[in-house]
Amino acid sequence: MRNSTRGWSRLVHPAVVIVLAAVVIGIPLWLALVTSAKSQGEANLPDLSLPRVWHLWDNYSQAFSQGHMLWALFGSLLVMVPSVAGVLIFGSLASWVLARRTGRVMAVLYSAAISGIILPPAVVTIVLLLRQLHLASTPIGMMLVYMGMYMSLVIFFVTGFVRTIPVEVEEAARMDGARPLGIFIKVVLPLLRPVIATATILICLYIWNDVFYAFFVLGGGTYSTLPLNLYSVASSNLYQNNWNLVFAYVVLMSLPLVVVFVVAQRRIISGITGGAVK
Amino acid sequence: MLYPSSFLAPAFAVLAVFFFLPTVFNFVYAFTDWSAFHDDIRPVGLANVKAVLSNGALLSSLRITIVYAVLVAIMQTGFGLGLALLLERDTRINRFARVVFFIPVLMSALAVGYTFQALLKPDGPLNGLLGALIGQQVTIPWLGSTTWTVVTVAFVNSWKWMGLAMVIFLAGLKTIPADVLEAARIDGAGRWRTFLSIRFPLIAPAVTFNVATALLGSFNGFDTILATTGGGPAQQTEVLDIYIFRVYGNGLFAQATTMSLALLLLVALLAFPVIGYLRKRERVL
Repeated sequence: MRNSTRGWSRLVHPAVVIVLAAVVIGIPLWLALVTSAKSQGEANLPDLSLPRVWHLWDNYSQAFSQGHMLWALFGSLLVMVPSVAGVLIFGSLASWVLARRTGRVMAVLYSAAISGIILPPAVVTIVLLLRQLHLASTPIGMMLVYMGMYMSLVIFFVTGFVRTIPVEVEEAARMDGARPLGIFIKVVLPLLRPVIATATILICLYIWNDVFYAFFVLGGGTYSTLPLNLYSVASSNLYQNNWNLVFAYVVLMSLPLVVVFVVAQRRIISGITGGAVK
Repeated sequence: MLYPSSFLAPAFAVLAVFFFLPTVFNFVYAFTDWSAFHDDIRPVGLANVKAVLSNGALLSSLRITIVYAVLVAIMQTGFGLGLALLLERDTRINRFARVVFFIPVLMSALAVGYTFQALLKPDGPLNGLLGALIGQQVTIPWLGSTTWTVVTVAFVNSWKWMGLAMVIFLAGLKTIPADVLEAARIDGAGRWRTFLSIRFPLIAPAVTFNVATALLGSFNGFDTILATTGGGPAQQTEVLDIYIFRVYGNGLFAQATTMSLALLLLVALLAFPVIGYLRKRERVL
């Protein structure tokens, strides 16, 4: 009995883990990698074999130029950075008040504010609204739409977190005559770091990879994002699948996030686990 | 004032204009003839509802959306829990495997979708591998069956997100106090018994979080499906967001709004009870 459990944890378990990771994650990623280095003819029917002739540079530079990658990267960053900053600043400012003040009005406001966690955004009428505001197809319109969509998530996370912070920590600053904004910035905000880290990671992931809302808001305009361009690269060739280019684009586009993650994985995972489940 | 109301203003201004207002518009424009083909917008009563009901697309999309969301919720939570239990101990290999299983979470769902579209072709690598295993040719049309493709697509989406579910479950498992497990061991409970009677009930909040996010996420499911099947074959994976995307692309804005309203009502009617039930379950256990 004892011997068999030791065999399990010393030999069988690690073997199971490695085989599972190699098959479940390794095969799809390998397919994307090798296909991205093949000629179009060879990539036409994707398989797991190595390229007979390597077209790594051709494919990547073609995906880079055909997908207008620099411009799309700029578009993605231009939309993501201000949206995330704005939603976090405004959201935590409101959350602090929502968490600290009591009463029926605050309860109603809180419920309304977090309703967006469950209710889907009205994507079609958002477009009409943006047209009326002359913000359709603009990065500012896209930022405001993302902020409206993820404000609920931030308020939900941060309000719950503020409630676990004792009021006493704010009192010393108040005695010294600090004004509310000063207390918020100097005392409360530093304490919110773990929950803000979690919210940042999740919202960055959602916005960076979003194609649905970007299609409605930015579609047809000058500004584009990486996923939008991946979609146009993949659907541009009507007669033959250009898998080599699709996967070159996939690899190029996924690489920054994967590298950031591998470098900072311990912080990212502990950020998510710290914030999500109390 | 210690907590000034003005601090609420920016957040609620953004919410009011870019969330509440479009949601209210949803109830208005669903009953108009707004489209790309003429400039004025006039009320038309229930014409859009009748139009989508009569061609059956609304009902079929609703059904497919529910089936897809339930399948994703089950698979994603199941895979995540399995991975968390497998990788629970802090060994070096487990830590490495956690990173590996988290990579798909970071990838765009579009990228994941294209990868699986290539992998799952009838003459593609997966059937090739299966064929090599059993020694004869396999040509299963993973993405070409009108019945089973929705399951395959739900699997692909669950594959992408299972790493996140795993991380949430790992966090839940870590919060279980060691003395509770010790007590169970002294009482003679085995591995399986401890899991069923103690550990699984104690990770109820993680179950709630995972099931709720999987359900809500896949009611709005779009990019995985767009990249694997585009809604096919024969519109059998056409969930509401794909339908909205297609109808909107054809210039029928009011009809797309009607579908968006249907999605809103579906989520309100289904998600609130499910989440309420899961929260209650946390308290009982």
